[in-house]
Amino acid sequence: MAPPVLIITGYGLNCESESRFAWERAGARPRLMHVNDLLEAPEQLHQYSALMFIGGFSFGDHMTSGHVFAQRLRHHLRDDLATFIHDGGLILGVCNGFQIMTKLGLVPGLAGDYFKPEVALLQNDCGVFQNFWVRLKFEKDSPCVFTRGLDCMDLPIRHGEGKLFPRNRATLDALEKSGCVPCRYVDPNSGEVAREFPDNPNGSINGIAGLCDPTGRVFGLMPHPEAFLFPEQHPQWSFRMRDEEDAREGAGLALFRNAVRHLNEA
Amino acid sequence: MAFRIEIGLRKGIRDPRGTGVVRRARQFLKLSMKSCATRDVYKVGVDASSKKQREILKAFTDPVSCRSALGRLAPPPFDWMIEIGFKPGVTDNVGRTAASLVADVLDRGLSRGESIGAGIQFFLSGAQMTRTDAEAIAWNLLANPLIQTAEIFSPGEWETHPVNAEPPVMREASKASTTTIDLSGTDEDLMRISREGTLSLSLDEMRAIRDHYLNPETQTKRGNAGLPVWPTDIELECIAQTWSEHCKHKIFAADVVYRDETGVEHHYSSLYKTFIKAATAEVARERDWLVSVFTDNAGVIRFNENFHLVYKVETHNSPSALDPYGGSITGIVGVNRDPMGTGIGSELLFNTWGYCLGSPFYSGDLPEGLMHPRRIRDGVHHGVIDGGNQSGIPWVRGFERFDDRFIGKPLVFCGTVGRLPVTVNGQPSEKKHIRPGDRVVMAGGRIGKDGIHGATFSSEALHQESPAQAVQIGDPITQRKMYEFLMEARDLGLYRAITDNGAGGLSSSIGEMCQFSGGAELDLVRAPLKYPGLQPWEIFLSEAQERMSLAVPPDKLKALRDLARRRDVEISDLGEFTDDGYLTLMYDERLIGRIPLSFLHDGCPRLQLEATWTPPEAPRPRRSRVANRTSQVLKVLGALNTCSREHKSRMYDSEVKGLSVVKPFVGRQSDVPADATVCRVELSSNAGIVISEGINPFYSDIDTYWMTASVIDEAVRRIISAGGRPDTIAGLDNFCWPDPVQSEGTPDGRYKMAQLVRANQALYDICTAFKVPLISGKDSMKNDSTRGGRKISIPPTLLFSAIGRIDDVRKAVSMPFKQPGDIVYVLGRTHDELGASEYHRLLATMQGTPAHTGGNVPRLDATPAFTMYARLHDAINEGFIASSHTPTLGGLAIGFALCAVGGNLGVDIDLRRVGDEKSGDDVLLFSESNSRFIITCPPDQSGRLEQKLSDLPLYRVGVVRNDRQFNITGVRGSPVVETDIERLRKTYRATLEDI
Repeated sequence: MAPPVLIITGYGLNCESESRFAWERAGARPRLMHVNDLLEAPEQLHQYSALMFIGGFSFGDHMTSGHVFAQRLRHHLRDDLATFIHDGGLILGVCNGFQIMTKLGLVPGLAGDYFKPEVALLQNDCGVFQNFWVRLKFEKDSPCVFTRGLDCMDLPIRHGEGKLFPRNRATLDALEKSGCVPCRYVDPNSGEVAREFPDNPNGSINGIAGLCDPTGRVFGLMPHPEAFLFPEQHPQWSFRMRDEEDAREGAGLALFRNAVRHLNEA
Repeated sequence: MAFRIEIGLRKGIRDPRGTGVVRRARQFLKLSMKSCATRDVYKVGVDASSKKQREILKAFTDPVSCRSALGRLAPPPFDWMIEIGFKPGVTDNVGRTAASLVADVLDRGLSRGESIGAGIQFFLSGAQMTRTDAEAIAWNLLANPLIQTAEIFSPGEWETHPVNAEPPVMREASKASTTTIDLSGTDEDLMRISREGTLSLSLDEMRAIRDHYLNPETQTKRGNAGLPVWPTDIELECIAQTWSEHCKHKIFAADVVYRDETGVEHHYSSLYKTFIKAATAEVARERDWLVSVFTDNAGVIRFNENFHLVYKVETHNSPSALDPYGGSITGIVGVNRDPMGTGIGSELLFNTWGYCLGSPFYSGDLPEGLMHPRRIRDGVHHGVIDGGNQSGIPWVRGFERFDDRFIGKPLVFCGTVGRLPVTVNGQPSEKKHIRPGDRVVMAGGRIGKDGIHGATFSSEALHQESPAQAVQIGDPITQRKMYEFLMEARDLGLYRAITDNGAGGLSSSIGEMCQFSGGAELDLVRAPLKYPGLQPWEIFLSEAQERMSLAVPPDKLKALRDLARRRDVEISDLGEFTDDGYLTLMYDERLIGRIPLSFLHDGCPRLQLEATWTPPEAPRPRRSRVANRTSQVLKVLGALNTCSREHKSRMYDSEVKGLSVVKPFVGRQSDVPADATVCRVELSSNAGIVISEGINPFYSDIDTYWMTASVIDEAVRRIISAGGRPDTIAGLDNFCWPDPVQSEGTPDGRYKMAQLVRANQALYDICTAFKVPLISGKDSMKNDSTRGGRKISIPPTLLFSAIGRIDDVRKAVSMPFKQPGDIVYVLGRTHDELGASEYHRLLATMQGTPAHTGGNVPRLDATPAFTMYARLHDAINEGFIASSHTPTLGGLAIGFALCAVGGNLGVDIDLRRVGDEKSGDDVLLFSESNSRFIITCPPDQSGRLEQKLSDLPLYRVGVVRNDRQFNITGVRGSPVVETDIERLRKTYRATLEDI
């Protein structure tokens, strides 16, 4: 049976329609719910197998991105989120959703503490919002269930604050050691980890584009997999159609398919 | 009770906001400093125990990257510190967000009188910096004195300055009252009343109002109702705003006598009816997909069995001149409300933007009170970026045109495409109905003094005393909340009709809506205010943003309120719609105004205008006869109006919603602009739309008739080039003109009016020939600035926006060359049409005679052109075409260059094969003749393509190379352009890189 997925909306989050479409295509049953409706009856969360924090501009990204939305969830949803993770639920956060997750501490969730922020997503080194496509490389050894079996993927970034900054060196080492870095920005020609703009769009340390918890079930990333569901969403599609075999679907869908596969196997 | 929070980044963390100040101060003000560190300041005017204050501090602070303190956080070393905040009453979006966070911490809503003011500190280091330098940075880079405060401190001053924790609060508490305006005086008195009240009413209009109030029937009715003989302030203000040029389009509605160049007189009763409406009516006989045009906030056309398309483009020029950020963000979130308020309410899909500005490198004199064009440009982009991105609406088209005649008034165009389900709750969605007894409900933001007189003010030339309250700052998040709430309410059937509150605020929205029922009665005391002290007329006219007006059946009001509460959206019941023929205004149950709708909407006297067309003398530049044109091509490619706009454009989100197919930038490196943008309308279908525009203020210097013909052609052929269907194209006309009314201040009004007439003639001629209906439009007719004794008028400008359909978005064609060996064709004839071209403007500037741009302006033979477009479309549909591009500014030379850069592939072109007229290399390279395409096809298909288009002017001009070399052979058979892709790319990007 198609697993139920909860997508939280409201207060400036705005990727709800393409995120819902992605889960549908991947074989899940997504449901959009305004955050106020969820907070009125938080136990509803437990009817779902997966939860998605979508991209957008919650509260206008004032007071740093995702900050105010995360504070609201911390205040009203903390216990339910903890139970949800403990019970095996999946959580995906994209862009603003990833920012909200880092503000809460859901990622990296080292040592089982999901409410202690260990990293920040700082303003891009270039100082401004940017929208263009980047090349991602996925780590084979990461426990992340969303990226399992994936190698490389082009995806768009659309953010002003995506530069990953760990609290300290020890945190960074712990992240890397626990396989909490499932994806990085790479130079599309060499495949090496990208350190410079634009291949690394924000100056993120070690090219980190996304983080998961040590279980691999809680995952957030800056680039937008839900923005690559059709082959012709790729900015070079008109060349690729002639250069290569026309792909059936956009590469970003693979992350959602992985999640649904995991839920169906669980 | 107020307390202060200061938050800074932890030591060692890079501060791009500060680095940006260092860079811009150097680039823009030529001031160098060592560093700049920034901090956020919150002045929290909230009742909280000291324990709660610490909790609030903690909640405000990111524990990983920031440190913070109550009161003062020890400052970094600095030489000058600038602290910026908002003036009282100005929209403070960050402060509002901070307030919701505080409410979460305290577990209670903030009470009236509690508020938070946000600010930013800039700590500047640079031993040689003076206070004057710091002031220049404060006022020429960071703050706008109309809306912000900036305080400057030396380290010593900062140390001894008391800790200021009071948020800025409006403390005007005048009692609500209504005055009566006596109109019994002389004409001079009437004009003084108009001027001093910023009513912008002419003498004829003032007299018409006076006569209405002198009418015995009016007097009897007013006497019976207990109203004074003369108008109350709210009545006069309401009439003035309803009759403003902005809302009434008096110039387009005027009776015009037009004398053509032979002296023959033509009489037109309303240009709008004669040309625009008539063109659409004629085209409508052959196009069955028009759903609702000219009647609603935006035009509506059919897309498929599920959806209609809704499109509107607006301008927000005057506010953007005063505060570029606030003006433009209001422009984009404001135009979003047009589709939102069209029919029963549309879903918002895409934004478009476009700006006409002075050169960012302008170094001439700037009249006092005008901002430097570069600052205007930065602010305008920033505003539309924030407005669009935060609303979650992607941009699909954007353009910039530069001419120093825009330094007085920048043009800021903002457009929004929406979709409207064909039926909502079983009813046709495009219809508006209101029944007497329905409640008048306002949803969204609160009312303040912001934007009072915006409608009348925008109908005036900018002058020194232009009112500060004309500035509004949009709040995309409040609007997004309202939008989501309204879409839910729409689908639940909780309201009967909707419209937006734009210019004129409630007076305009309710004034228009109540025509559907035949009247309305509202009590303004029920409107929620941002702060006390507003007069009833101010409440009625305020243009405070993020508000929509609804007609709500009384039995749905409770459900609507309930939904609004759950969505954190404020709504208020202001009164009811009636059918008594009056707009009735109360304040706290006291009658303060009553205006018959017939007079309000039909009482405005018609303008009588004269127009005289004398073709202008436009000298040509001296002809250049150089043998090698490489450097000319590079100069034109890098010219301000042709060069890449990618740097700014990348700050706009173009992909949210997942519907984009051909994005605004295409090419192997995504760095050349698409001819047109192609998008899906729903994720579940491959049918889509193609969006484009045409604009060329330069051609107006020669003839606005051909300017108009050219911009329509450009917009249409862009759609064709991308694969759009020629029989599905609709157009939107946005006129921005200098004041065309002959007067002492405008001695050339008859000429400017003739320019307007000619533009309208072309609009009719070309739209009917192309069978492109006009579905919506707007005009802004006073784009002049008089400051410091200098009048600057914009060149007449028409933005023609087009939207067409494509059956399968995967068949869209993009402009870059695709494969080595592909054959390059030019479709369409190239004429000697260099007048006002990029090339002539370049020559004229280089020769020191910048006005000598004359020559033949591009003309258009519309009927054969349209036949050609249909044939090209068939060829695209059959899959012959590998790439297609329509050349515009800079002609074929720039067209070839962009196709090559986009494909990362060189090309060999032979100019001897371009067309069959005898022309020089300059004409063939740079002429901007209309109705042309650069297309390529694979060599194995070229025979079939040539056969298929054999009766059209199709010229096989070259071959795509397998390397990076870019070669053009001239008419004498020798090379005239020799360069390579990297040099072209570098030149194309360099001009506005990082600017």
